[in-house]
Amino acid sequence: MAFSIPMVIVTLFWGFVGGVVPWFIPKGPNRGVVITMLVLTAVCCYLFWLIAILSQLNPLFGPALSNDTIWYLQFHWR
Amino acid sequence: MDSFFRSEEMCLVQLFFQTESAHNCINELGHLGLVQFKDLNPGTVAFQRRFVKEVKKCEEMERILRFLENEVVKSNIPIPADFTSETIPVPRDVLDLESRFDKLEQELKEINSNRDTLRQNFTQLMEINHLLQMTDDFFEEVAIRLFVAGVIKHERFPAFEKILWRLFHGNFVLRHAEIKPHEEENMDPVKKDVFVVFVQGDQIRGKIRKLCDGFHASMYPCPNNAYARKEMRTNVNTRIEDLRLVLKRTEEFRETTLTAAAANLQEWASKVKKMKAIYYTLNLCNIDITQKLIVAEIWCPVSDLNSVHTALIHGSEQSGSSLSPVVNRIQTQQTPPTFNRVTSFTSGFQSIIDAYGVGNYQEINPAPYTMVTFPFLFAVMFGDCGHGLVMTLLALWLILHQEHFRKLKNELIDMLVDGRYIIFLMGLFSIYTGLIYNDCFSKSFNVFGSSWSVRPMFHPHGPWTNDTLHDSGHLHLDPLVSGVYSGNPYPFGVDPIWNIASNKLSFLNSYKMKMSVIMGVAHMLFGVTLSLVNYINLKDVALQFIPEVIFMLSLFGYLIFLILYKWCVVMKSESAPSILLLFINMMLFDYSSEGTVLYRTQKPVQIFLVVVAVLMVPWLLFAKPLLLYRKHKQLKFLSLLFCLSLFFGVKKAFVSLQVSMADIFVYQGIHTIEYCLGCISNTASYLRLWALSLAHAELSEVLWKMVLQVALRVTSGMGSVLLAVTFAAFAVLTVTILLVMEGLSAFLHALRLHWVEFQNKFYKGSGYKFTPLSFDRMRDMQ
Repeated sequence: MAFSIPMVIVTLFWGFVGGVVPWFIPKGPNRGVVITMLVLTAVCCYLFWLIAILSQLNPLFGPALSNDTIWYLQFHWR
Repeated sequence: MDSFFRSEEMCLVQLFFQTESAHNCINELGHLGLVQFKDLNPGTVAFQRRFVKEVKKCEEMERILRFLENEVVKSNIPIPADFTSETIPVPRDVLDLESRFDKLEQELKEINSNRDTLRQNFTQLMEINHLLQMTDDFFEEVAIRLFVAGVIKHERFPAFEKILWRLFHGNFVLRHAEIKPHEEENMDPVKKDVFVVFVQGDQIRGKIRKLCDGFHASMYPCPNNAYARKEMRTNVNTRIEDLRLVLKRTEEFRETTLTAAAANLQEWASKVKKMKAIYYTLNLCNIDITQKLIVAEIWCPVSDLNSVHTALIHGSEQSGSSLSPVVNRIQTQQTPPTFNRVTSFTSGFQSIIDAYGVGNYQEINPAPYTMVTFPFLFAVMFGDCGHGLVMTLLALWLILHQEHFRKLKNELIDMLVDGRYIIFLMGLFSIYTGLIYNDCFSKSFNVFGSSWSVRPMFHPHGPWTNDTLHDSGHLHLDPLVSGVYSGNPYPFGVDPIWNIASNKLSFLNSYKMKMSVIMGVAHMLFGVTLSLVNYINLKDVALQFIPEVIFMLSLFGYLIFLILYKWCVVMKSESAPSILLLFINMMLFDYSSEGTVLYRTQKPVQIFLVVVAVLMVPWLLFAKPLLLYRKHKQLKFLSLLFCLSLFFGVKKAFVSLQVSMADIFVYQGIHTIEYCLGCISNTASYLRLWALSLAHAELSEVLWKMVLQVALRVTSGMGSVLLAVTFAAFAVLTVTILLVMEGLSAFLHALRLHWVEFQNKFYKGSGYKFTPLSFDRMRDMQ
């Protein structure tokens, strides 16, 4: 459940930037360029975020912490 | 706007205009900045052209103007910067300006030489003055009659004295004193000494005179008795006063002349430049026999033909000629120049594309896509939101104050200002990738709470006890123990726990390498897709595009699939196969080792994909040449049928056809090899995205650990002072190493990825750039 929330939010956000905003760009000499930039930005940034989250979905190994850090985290993190 | 995605359609136009209106018309076209004149006299050498004398005259005038400007700057007279006169230079202006410049130059040269002579006289008189003042006591002291008096440079005096001793063995008496300059005599910054040498004989005096000449010491006649000296002094003083007055007047006159000249300097300079450009353009045109008509051929964008016509009519009206110029568009087989209409935002990106190669006429222009992918790939390699923020602010400063920076006329700063929008976008994307890498000056943000927790690792839940902590320095968190990993990855970016983990690089390396490969294959697929737009007919698509795409997808698309599959599917760490080994075994058809399957139907799928990829190679290699060969055979047959009468023409056609077949096969072979091997090497080349981002992160961590953290850990009272000093060092090192050096490095590598790996999928880049006659561009370039 807590995985699908960020998935939906981020997908919707970049989908909005790349798919909905281009329709609202006013007609002018730069319209094509602006739309290209918006779509490419949305695709690149979404892909980059997606790779980051998918690579952490099923970790094969965990972090190695020093015992001071473990001691601190044991008491201060949930 | 279509024109930025592809270069504009150009047309070749012939212009006919009268000789009288030529200057006005070309002037109007120069202000418009939209036409490029073709050279209609390509065979002629520079000094054979018609207007070569006028061009030389303009160059001479420019030389005089430079001389004037130097003189004005030397005298610290400000040149008024603004001028808005747009007067049209006509031929009679040239003569007028020429005579004015010559006169000015003569005047100035005369004034300068007069001033120099006067100054020399003045210095001499001052020296005599000093000599007379200081030698009074010498004459009291020494009563010898014969002497040589003069002034010599201070640093030469010891050598002078030494040689005197060597030559005359003490047969003389030498007295000297240093001249102490008064405040207003700053003419001569060199320190000088006054000396008097008293001798017994005339011959010795003659020798000493020669010696003084050798040492460049100036000798002055000095009267023997005190009374004559006093008279001479009053004489000299009056002369000095007179000279001072004359010098002052000369300086004032010079300044007035120069100020008057400086007021017009800018206007003259621009006029002369325009004249030179117009004569140079006229040299490119054809003048017909009657000397009344000028024919010019220009390249001009089709959409601007109307404005060109209007400009010409305007020009001819201004010159008062009766006939308006004729504009005649002609068809041609020559390749037109490539013109990409750019705005101030897009010009930076277009120039970095053009630096590698200007696109062919009407070829697809990679610039609009580069505007996002270049800063993005830079940001993947730079990846630090703190540094990205600094870079964005710097770019914002450049954008807002660009006029001020352009005025400095420094080459490096000009380059930075030209690329201000590129730097701005690079900074913005770097902030984003920095947030995803969770790296801000090498520290991480913990906004959403880490997905890893330590408590479940302890008893009774997990294997650790308090003794475990005491026994070992580092312990691994095990994701298989329930609760250690919450099951939901960190929602935005890399989990902050990796920043404090000692095996941070194991995770980050695997993540970044796979990310680089995915980005690389996506970028290259995008490039291949763009090549689709260059193909005009459907056949080329089938012959070249489809096998290229299938080859790349079946091998590297499958690699991406393996990466994503391994990420998304849960598996035990011991049984997880290495993707690299899987891929290598797939290519070698090696399925012997156990435990090398990720999913059930892996073996048949992989065999199918490799076979398909290998089949694409002969398709790429042979399909297009064979089709062309068949077409040519048909053509040969037809031409044989109907050119029997043109015997020689047919022979030549046969030879050219056969030669071009071999060419086509070779070209296609090269293209196939380049593409297939390139797929592999280019994919590996994208691993530099991983390498540079690793280097940046490590450098940033070193700066934190060894510079700033050292000062932050100091507990004594002096710690605050130490912190201030250390922070200064930290800031300087961050800017120079991480922003400038790493920034340049990432810029270079991102540019290389675009120029080579992206563009060799679709871009030919062998055109020539459209360079219109434009007075604005000439003014900006100076």
